[in-house]
Amino acid sequence: MSVLLDARTRLIVQGITGHQGQFHTRAMLDFGTTVVAGVTPGKGGADIHGVPVFDSCEEAVFSTGANASVVFVPAPYAKDAAIEAVESGVKLLVIITERIPVHDCLDLMPYARAKGVTVIGPNCPGIATAGVAKAGILPNHIFAPGHWGVISRSGTLTYEIVDAMTRAGLGQTTCVGIGGDPINGTNMVEALALFERDSETKGVVLVGEIGGTAEEEAARFARAMSKPVFAYVAGRTAPPGKRMGHAGAIIQRGMGTAESKVLAFGEAGVPVARYPREIPDLIRDSQ
Amino acid sequence: MKFYEYKAHEIFRKYGIPIPHGVLAATPEGLVDPPLPCVVKAQVLVGGRGKAGGIKFAQTIAEAREAARAILGMTIGQYTVKQVYAQEMLDIVQELYLSIAIDRSARAPLLMASALGGVEVESVPADKLFRMHIPPLVGLHPYVLRALGRKLALPKDVATRVSDIARKAYALFKGEDAELVEINPLAVLKDGRVVAGDAKLVVDDNAEYRHPEYAELDQDRTPLEEEAHDKGITFIQLDGDIGVIANGAGLTMATLDVLNLKGGRGGAFLDLGGTDDPEKVKQAFEILLKANPSVIFLNIFGGITKADTVAVGAEEALKAFGTKIPVVARIKGVNEQRAKEILADAGMHSVEDLEDGAELAVKLRGSR
Repeated sequence: MSVLLDARTRLIVQGITGHQGQFHTRAMLDFGTTVVAGVTPGKGGADIHGVPVFDSCEEAVFSTGANASVVFVPAPYAKDAAIEAVESGVKLLVIITERIPVHDCLDLMPYARAKGVTVIGPNCPGIATAGVAKAGILPNHIFAPGHWGVISRSGTLTYEIVDAMTRAGLGQTTCVGIGGDPINGTNMVEALALFERDSETKGVVLVGEIGGTAEEEAARFARAMSKPVFAYVAGRTAPPGKRMGHAGAIIQRGMGTAESKVLAFGEAGVPVARYPREIPDLIRDSQ
Repeated sequence: MKFYEYKAHEIFRKYGIPIPHGVLAATPEGLVDPPLPCVVKAQVLVGGRGKAGGIKFAQTIAEAREAARAILGMTIGQYTVKQVYAQEMLDIVQELYLSIAIDRSARAPLLMASALGGVEVESVPADKLFRMHIPPLVGLHPYVLRALGRKLALPKDVATRVSDIARKAYALFKGEDAELVEINPLAVLKDGRVVAGDAKLVVDDNAEYRHPEYAELDQDRTPLEEEAHDKGITFIQLDGDIGVIANGAGLTMATLDVLNLKGGRGGAFLDLGGTDDPEKVKQAFEILLKANPSVIFLNIFGGITKADTVAVGAEEALKAFGTKIPVVARIKGVNEQRAKEILADAGMHSVEDLEDGAELAVKLRGSR
């Protein structure tokens, strides 16, 4: 098993005819994903790498039985695209788009939740279940099937750590990029809960960073978990008040510091790596 | 986006929130018809102006201009004061606190209020602070304001005015895509008025396209950060001496952290994002070189990024800007082997991983 994405996932790509959409549809197909439809308003009837394109999510779901969607739509239109997907009946929505206004996400997340839809992102690399399916932009070659779950607020840093794990023989069940924005659809605790319930997952790697209190909350949750959790926290040297590239990566009013997160993990018995490639060493040392 | 106080006042006024009278001036002589007596305040985007001497009181126009003369040109933080705002002196009987911010964990706006205003909200005891989330889909309804009134135990007429201001503040919060609307103090005056004694506003940068009128406002960026921002490049200056170019915010932060772990200190960082366009890489080097680093560490982990075109961009930059600054490069991605050859030919130090690269960069910083 795995979390969120499995062999039953039938995926829509929203914004499939754009440069990103086309490129990553190819990569998702190569990964083994069942991409059943693309949606671009006005481009219905087209075909991208053999995937039929529809004008709306409603038509795509009606014609293909899609149950998930990945959004590559530019920020000003992303909220509209996401609501359209939710209304069409998909149950999983992965929003890759970055720079979506935070007020759009404040509206979108409780709405999707009320509709029973799980949202991942925005501003995230997506989800990959090793050897099975991918909804997003994570590079295909770094994954290997195994027993470790990965949860991350970052993109390339996640690749760095997954790559190190794979090289060390520590394959993955699913890697979930929850995104770098202050308001996300699925937070660290919710993602941890998914892995705790997954029978294939033996333990979880958390890749956090400065800003907010998601890591502190995850640390408290990890204490009660039956599975081991290992963490890395980026931004130990980040100055207060500076937004470090991600909208959510900012130390405000003394909140969201790396020290606070590292301390919380320490108190919860979660080993914290000092540098990204130390993660596999920590896992091995604990076994 | 941050706002100067006078600009925030303008926006608050637009939403009908009572604001003290005030005038703006860029020169002492430009200070015309200030309300008297007044308080003359430096307009800066950073805190701590009071301690720095950026707030002075004046009884007469001569005193106000004298205060303006003293404050204009003053350095607060790393910024020079270019404008002062002369605001009416308020006859305050009670200072309250009111703010609306985004609670990330609750995924909702959070309304906070206190009868103990005028001090940092962090110093208000938890039991004296009103906190209630506003469900974003349905907005601010009267039950929240009734609860606020009970908690603050305000006289009825004051409670009515505070409720009205809270409603308007929420309209502003939504209408302007704000991350923070803060009124501290919310001043109850001797004449019965309730006015925003200070107005703080932070607007979501990602919503800039919905508010083109804010695009030209000053932000608390260094000149070099401003130049990068105009080119759409994420670039931040720090207090160390090692220049970092990486891709992705998380990896960039991790790179700075590992440099620190190896005994170095990042002086500036630049996030290339997903690009492998040689021209953009060249542009990135140009900006970073202006920050005058002792060594540059290029750290790219690209799944789909073309390593060789990044390397070409780096090579062209070094050639074009004729720099002798050592460059350590670690590039993972498509056509990695070719990238390593290009880097080596251009005299850059090619390394395999982040930790080795950081160690070498720290070693080379003294070798210039």
